[in-house]
Amino acid sequence: MTALLVAFLVSTIAASTPLLLAATGELIVEKVGVLNLGVEGMMLAGAIAGFATANQTGITSLGVLAAMVAGIALSMLFAVVSLTLQANQTATGLALTIFGRGFSALVGAGYVGIPAPTLPKIHLPVLSDIPVLGPVIFGHDILVYLALAILAAVAWCIRSTHLGLILRAVGDSHDAAHALGYAVIPIRYAAVAFGGALAGLAGAYMSLAYTPLWAQDMTAGRGWVAVALVTFSAWRPFWLLIGAWFFGALMYLSLYVQALGVAVPSALLSAVPYIGTVVVLVLISRDARRIRLHRPAMLGRPFQARV
Amino acid sequence: MLKIEARGYESRFWRYASPVLALLLTGATSGLIFMAMGRPAGVTVYTFLIAPLLQQDGFEALAVKAAPLIMMGVGLSLAYRANVWNIGTDGQFTLGAICGGGIALAFPDAPAYLLFPAMVIAGTLGGMASGGLVAWLRIRFNANEILTSLMFAYITQYLLVYLVTGPWRDPQGFGFPQTALFSDTALAPRLIEDTNVHIGILLAPMIAIGLWFMLEKSLLGFQFRVLGQAPRAAKFAGFRENRLVWIAMLISGGLAGLAGLLEVSGTLGQLTTTLSPGYGFTAIIVAFLGRLNPLGVIPAGLLLALTYLGGDAAQINLGLPNAVTGIFQGILLFYLLGCDILLLNRFRWVPLKVV
Repeated sequence: MTALLVAFLVSTIAASTPLLLAATGELIVEKVGVLNLGVEGMMLAGAIAGFATANQTGITSLGVLAAMVAGIALSMLFAVVSLTLQANQTATGLALTIFGRGFSALVGAGYVGIPAPTLPKIHLPVLSDIPVLGPVIFGHDILVYLALAILAAVAWCIRSTHLGLILRAVGDSHDAAHALGYAVIPIRYAAVAFGGALAGLAGAYMSLAYTPLWAQDMTAGRGWVAVALVTFSAWRPFWLLIGAWFFGALMYLSLYVQALGVAVPSALLSAVPYIGTVVVLVLISRDARRIRLHRPAMLGRPFQARV
Repeated sequence: MLKIEARGYESRFWRYASPVLALLLTGATSGLIFMAMGRPAGVTVYTFLIAPLLQQDGFEALAVKAAPLIMMGVGLSLAYRANVWNIGTDGQFTLGAICGGGIALAFPDAPAYLLFPAMVIAGTLGGMASGGLVAWLRIRFNANEILTSLMFAYITQYLLVYLVTGPWRDPQGFGFPQTALFSDTALAPRLIEDTNVHIGILLAPMIAIGLWFMLEKSLLGFQFRVLGQAPRAAKFAGFRENRLVWIAMLISGGLAGLAGLLEVSGTLGQLTTTLSPGYGFTAIIVAFLGRLNPLGVIPAGLLLALTYLGGDAAQINLGLPNAVTGIFQGILLFYLLGCDILLLNRFRWVPLKVV
């Protein structure tokens, strides 16, 4: 029983990490009033860039770095079209996802079914050997802790720093922020780049730690779940964490129940996390007033300075 | 430096020139990418865009691929005009195929004049049910249709895998994940004997023309356009937004379902685990390339169908992975959206002032 519980907790944390990374990035992007639906594409680009680099060089940290660079590069395509050229953000984000899927499949064609070095799990003397708590809290790879640290930093930044105030001002009223002298478009560029870096990191986690190999479309909609998570959390970092754990648990359980050989067909069990996303989204969105209250007011609106 | 400056009016010239410019830029960019991959750009673009048409049955293959894209693109152009972001047409396509295909498998001996119409109705209703569910969740629970429609696409795909590997698997199929072949009476009527050119190729442009009239010439279409461009004005005018969301999702879902049914009964002849080669996302590009105008969707659908054939040709003749199609489509959508800034703005060269 204890072994089952440990396996459940460890796997849930692992499964929630890519969701948490990508959603934290998207949270900052949406906080400044930009809706980037290209998370799935940036994750895939990060996954293949990280995998290919780690495979070529044999150094996983270089792979992680390459994944972030790839995520930023793709996010800049989105930024130029949607921020500078003021195109519809929904459609531009879709273009980014389509492009990212094609790009990753093209680059990844030569990397299917071959190994790459994986991120090592940390092992702290004494601490990692404590029963239950050891593996659950002290037995993960570095990205798991990084994801939590970034989330904490983002929460602190939004809540109690001057920078956080500027970000929120840009997202809630870009005209007022502009009038105060803040450079709305450059700030949005920076936020989109941050979102790209974290989506790339999420992809690297997928291909270097979670399922350490490359397969076409390997993120399987996780980028979209991350976007849903941001709405689910009502743009609040703490609830982002709860949501990521919830979906992580759901993903693990749908795999675990399949492995148990329960009479329910595996294809239907695989659909459970997606059904869960719809159900949670419906439950959360029901309260339209609360969503309106927390939603960055300029979300999805293009900004053009009028001198 | 280059500055963007508002024109103050919508340029008529760029309204038609901007998609053309986007296409040219896409061609140039793809050429550069191919060169970076160490392939001669000219040969690759030729293989991609021209060679497929020179084949013996090139135009037939193009029409067969374009028909579902046009049907789905027309529905999407209507929905997007009203700011209803249905991006899960892949799911509606698949559910249409499942419902229609289910009828074909259940009644293989029914006469053609009963079976095929029943399949068409079931397929369309299946797509409408999937789209309608998204509309209901948006209206009743305020759930974002972008996310729900996409999640339904994943769910429907798993449902298809379950059916095809489970209860509907062909017992004589040597364990392959596919259903039995449909009976001859379940196949879509052909326009030309012994080809794949089925009735959908005639239906697609007719639907496009019909919806063009609805969108441009009817009060309902006017309401759609107002809702999309000025939601507040639509509210003041007393247009019922919920009703328009319902109609947009039912039409775009139903057309996707019809496209799915025609794909299985016109081209595939059975259900397998992969029915749609990414038609859902491609249809989005078709809708934008067609300027969200049902008539514009017809040439746009033909062009995007060509990129599928080109992707196959590039794979066979040049050994390029099929995914090139996705890159090409993504770049095209980027340029299409980006070039539209020229409608309301112009670029001016402003010398940097030395302070």
